Amino acid sequence: MVEIVPIKYRVPIARPKVGVAGKTGSWRWVKPVVDTSRCTRCFLCEIYCPDNTITVDPEKGAIVDYEYCKGCGICANVCPVNAIEMVKEA
Amino acid sequence: MPKTVLTGNYTVALAAKMARVEVVAAYPITPQTSIVEKLADYIDRGELDAIMIRVESEHSALAATFGAAVAGARAFTATSSHGLLYMHEWVHWTSRARIPVVMAIVTRALAPPWNIWSDHQDILGQRDTGWIIGFAMDNQEVFDMTVQAFKISEDPRVYLPVMIGLDAFTLSHTSMPVDVPEQEELDKWLGPRRQGYVIDGSEPLALGNLAWPEDTEEFFMDLQRGMEEAKNVIREVDESYGRFFGRRYGGLIHRYRCGDAKYHVIAMGAWSGDLMEAVDMLREDGYPVGLIRMRFIRPYPDREMYELLSGSKGAIVFDRAISYGSLGPIYLDVVANMARYTRRLPYIRNIVAGIGGVNVTYSDFYKLVKETIDDLEKGVEPSVFTWYHRR
Amino acid sequence: MVPPEVNHGMSRPIPPLPRLMRNTVLPGHAACHGCPITMGLKVVGAAFGNKVILVVPACCTSVVVGAYPGNAFNGSIVHVAFASAAAVASGIAEGLRKRGIKDVQVIAWAGDGGTADIGMASLSGAAERNHDFIYIMYDNEAYMNTGIQRSSATPQGAWTTTTPLGKREPKKDVARIMIAHGVPYVATASVGYPHDFYAKLKRAASIRGFKFIYLHAPCPTGWRFDPALTVKIAKLAVETGLVVLYEYYDGHIHLSGPSRPYMDKSRRKPIMEYLRLQGRFKGVTEEHVKAIEKYVDELWDWIKRHM
Repeated sequence: MVEIVPIKYRVPIARPKVGVAGKTGSWRWVKPVVDTSRCTRCFLCEIYCPDNTITVDPEKGAIVDYEYCKGCGICANVCPVNAIEMVKEA
Repeated sequence: MPKTVLTGNYTVALAAKMARVEVVAAYPITPQTSIVEKLADYIDRGELDAIMIRVESEHSALAATFGAAVAGARAFTATSSHGLLYMHEWVHWTSRARIPVVMAIVTRALAPPWNIWSDHQDILGQRDTGWIIGFAMDNQEVFDMTVQAFKISEDPRVYLPVMIGLDAFTLSHTSMPVDVPEQEELDKWLGPRRQGYVIDGSEPLALGNLAWPEDTEEFFMDLQRGMEEAKNVIREVDESYGRFFGRRYGGLIHRYRCGDAKYHVIAMGAWSGDLMEAVDMLREDGYPVGLIRMRFIRPYPDREMYELLSGSKGAIVFDRAISYGSLGPIYLDVVANMARYTRRLPYIRNIVAGIGGVNVTYSDFYKLVKETIDDLEKGVEPSVFTWYHRR
Repeated sequence: MVPPEVNHGMSRPIPPLPRLMRNTVLPGHAACHGCPITMGLKVVGAAFGNKVILVVPACCTSVVVGAYPGNAFNGSIVHVAFASAAAVASGIAEGLRKRGIKDVQVIAWAGDGGTADIGMASLSGAAERNHDFIYIMYDNEAYMNTGIQRSSATPQGAWTTTTPLGKREPKKDVARIMIAHGVPYVATASVGYPHDFYAKLKRAASIRGFKFIYLHAPCPTGWRFDPALTVKIAKLAVETGLVVLYEYYDGHIHLSGPSRPYMDKSRRKPIMEYLRLQGRFKGVTEEHVKAIEKYVDELWDWIKRHM
């Protein structure tokens, strides 16, 4: 049996948070652009994206969160129909 | 329960059992082995409802003890000497995580050469870790301090791990009478485990993510605050235990014949008993000396020590360890902490002895203290640092 | 043009991957471009939700999840000293067992350094004692977090900062060491095959006792390749027969789907196709390639003998 009496001192306990390393979209030098008419909603880009910044909506196709997307290019690489192009950032 | 006769190690095991520990993760090392063996026995016979993890090293022993504790179990381990050194990384980790854990240290000299006898080098090497460090003089105190350790450690004003030292063989393997409280009374006094947070899936918590310097320093400043508060908690626990079970020791220190003492001797551990004998003999011979026995070296009882030593005509700190290149560890604490209160120190002498388990008897103590006081009375100050060695 | 009915997905359910991966790894974490670790963590999150306690020794993950007070992984983490992931996981598993808590998965999530090198003793101890948790060793084949120094899992011939002329020794096979310990379940997986990894996590969770999963994790930063190629390289490792995906339980190897074709040596892609994409093999010699080919042959011999 254990009773949790919350510690009044500061402790190194962290909680789930988006953006722990800041707006990682600033890390990009190329960005993924999705041709939603080619996109077959196969979900592979979303499954593989290491940053969880691409979400496949059955209606709209693959949608990129450009605030956090680092532009690694994996989505473009795994897309079976080449619906994603990595385009140089302005 | 009537007085029972137990070795120091069996006393530790009994105390852990009666404190209802739930997980024990330990690795054998002379002279701690019979603690672990006894606990395994209790568990296998159904007398203790706990899980024992027979880890493959001491580093894993404290790691697994910590794991069980962070998940909400009352966890315990024990070690000595090189086992303690091997888990040193985890000693720091446990206190920095503010997770209550209790550990028994059967103090044993360090190697090389191999040496199984007692000195305090192993436990005093942990002074900087943020653990509360207590040390017993006899097996009765081993029992009392071990159960008190759980209460101190799990107090929300503290939430720091506690280690309790007992001398190799002199206590660990020597049978002494121990007065053991009734289980229901101890349950009432100790209560169930408390901790400041738990990681058991009830909410997503991450312990130990990287932290920037300012945050890091704040965590550690709070660790120091916990230590400071622990002084009050230790005094309270001693008082409360005294009211419940009839035995109190005086809190962070035990004062023996200090009331009218002009000279003071300071020591920690089993040999304090021999020093008490010497004090009695010296008193009979007209020497007004009192013993201050360190029960806890961390947190350091700075206020009590200042009050006792500020008017002293002379004091000797007996250290059973040495910080090589400097002085005895307890001596360093005694002198430095006086500076918190005063710029004027009485004469305080450091005698290092008993290293490697060399037996220091009451006649050695009698001789050393008498010589010191005789010199001081003549207006001569003996050398401040002496390593007393006898073959 | 894509037929219109494909675009109307309202009645089409979203499969477990990626649906269960949503909100597991939170965007904006500190991993390098193309990092395989967070790919793997998404699968772990998909399998267990936030009812998971990761025990993480010093490794890339320690830093990838970000700095206090935030955590990029939506689950519990206990960061631990380098050598002790398996020991702490043992303690947590027993503590939870004592408290009767059964609905949270304990997972030691450690790199190859923290497992095969400094963590070997505690790994062996936990395996031998058969504690009930899953140990996942993600293998990026070097001490990546400290800047690409070699580990015992670095393949022969690979450049690292401490093996500038290529590692001399062959790769230590931790999965086989775990099989030799006689634990209830050992599996090898790859970030290139997330569905296979997911299935293995689910099977492991259903087994009581110590489970070990090896996760091959190609690292763009340490292996020197374009971060877009992480999945391609992970797949090539399997397609060349160099990494074999299998499970070991009930006393024998169960070869996993993605590796089945490569039982047949003639179907394995040439090793150089895998090596040429990685800058760390730039200086690789004929001799090294022959040694790797020999290693692959011997590995498959062993696999076949234990099927």
